[in-house]
Amino acid sequence: MITIIDYGIGNLHSIERAFQHVTSEVIRTDNPKAIQQAERLVLPGVGAFGACIQEVRKRGLEQPIQEATARGVPFLGICVGMQMLFESSSEKGWHTGLGLLKGNIEALKPKNSTLKIPHMGWNVILPVQVTPLLYKLPEDANCYFAHSFFANITNPQEVVAYTEYGDILPAVVGQDNIYGVQFHPEKSHDVGLRILSNFAQLV
Amino acid sequence: MPLAKRIIPCLDVDQGRVVKGIQFVDLVDAGDPLEQAHVYNEEGADELVFLDITATHEGRDIMHDVVRQTAEQIFIPLTVGGGIRTLEDMRKMLHAGADKVAINSAAIRTPNLITECAEAFGAQCVVVAIDMKRRPQGGWEVYTHGGRRATGIDGLEWAKEAQSRGAGELLVTSMDRDGTQIGYDLDLLKRLDDLVQLPVIASGGAGTLEHLLDALLIGRAHAVLAASMFHFKQVTIMQVKQFLHDHGIIVRFI
Repeated sequence: MITIIDYGIGNLHSIERAFQHVTSEVIRTDNPKAIQQAERLVLPGVGAFGACIQEVRKRGLEQPIQEATARGVPFLGICVGMQMLFESSSEKGWHTGLGLLKGNIEALKPKNSTLKIPHMGWNVILPVQVTPLLYKLPEDANCYFAHSFFANITNPQEVVAYTEYGDILPAVVGQDNIYGVQFHPEKSHDVGLRILSNFAQLV
Repeated sequence: MPLAKRIIPCLDVDQGRVVKGIQFVDLVDAGDPLEQAHVYNEEGADELVFLDITATHEGRDIMHDVVRQTAEQIFIPLTVGGGIRTLEDMRKMLHAGADKVAINSAAIRTPNLITECAEAFGAQCVVVAIDMKRRPQGGWEVYTHGGRRATGIDGLEWAKEAQSRGAGELLVTSMDRDGTQIGYDLDLLKRLDDLVQLPVIASGGAGTLEHLLDALLIGRAHAVLAASMFHFKQVTIMQVKQFLHDHGIIVRFI
């Protein structure tokens, strides 16, 4: 069973539909107890970091998320959901995150000033660790990105795959049972569906 | 490896059917949207754009169904535009399954709509679509209402304003070139690339593989949108990508 954390922001239909394509049981909920007891948790997120984390906290979901992850539940943050896994963000002010991974979320400022912001489109991910989440992906796997902020990580060991956009950026992060992807697997065609299917089978 | 250039088929949809016109008029039936979306997805399209050109409310509901069915089956970004007037229109389209929504005439009428939508749903899903026509004295003028109404607004100025108001992407159609298959307006694309920091999707005029290459290489566009050359099976997405790849453009292969 995949439990998608629905905290009232953004469009969760596409994530839900993509999971339904690869696994049979998917629910969306903002019930703290259901989240605390989930088998697998997915934290989506679009828009501004501050608005997202505020809604998570307002609904009393931070504690259940912390408890679930502490007992080893496979956890996947997507886009801003991935960014919320980190300690803090300097997007429009200063916000604390869930602190499950080390680093700060900052604005993309590619050294090459001709590069457009947002980083929007298909880019290759470059794995630097072997992980079940990326099992059986093709070489040069392309994923769909759409973001203007990135995770400035403190601990390079928490990066599973990079992508390149002016600089080297974390594309997949993780530590033990906790994973995050900066791109949108639900929009990344067969590559994305494979990642979601891998996540659904993590033990 | 740099970001791949995107190849985006565009489907103009009227009452649930794909249609294609020349310079915004003379519409001919070009098939079923869901069926075509499937084909493009299989061929490796990087994104799909549906432009709803239906004028009626009933047509709008049909469009929601088309978007819903497509989003259930196809896992690449889907942009929907046409007739989006309010924040609520945008919300409905996103809920039906669109990943991005393109606003055109309504953004000209109420520029603050761009900001409202970006704040509500994130800039990544707000595409500002701009239809432009060359002025005899030079420069470009913005047209609205499917190209029927001149606004007197300078196209390049409006592109900059759309950026400052929070758009995530620009979809720029050259009305002079739309449906003609004589090539994109490369001057326009170059000027836009110099002026704005947003990704620009080039639209209007694609007829040959060289046209697509020129828009990306000379016009420095981020993505190319084409309708006629795909609908009438002049080329496949795969052929386009192979050609671009052979000419040094980074594309995504599936």
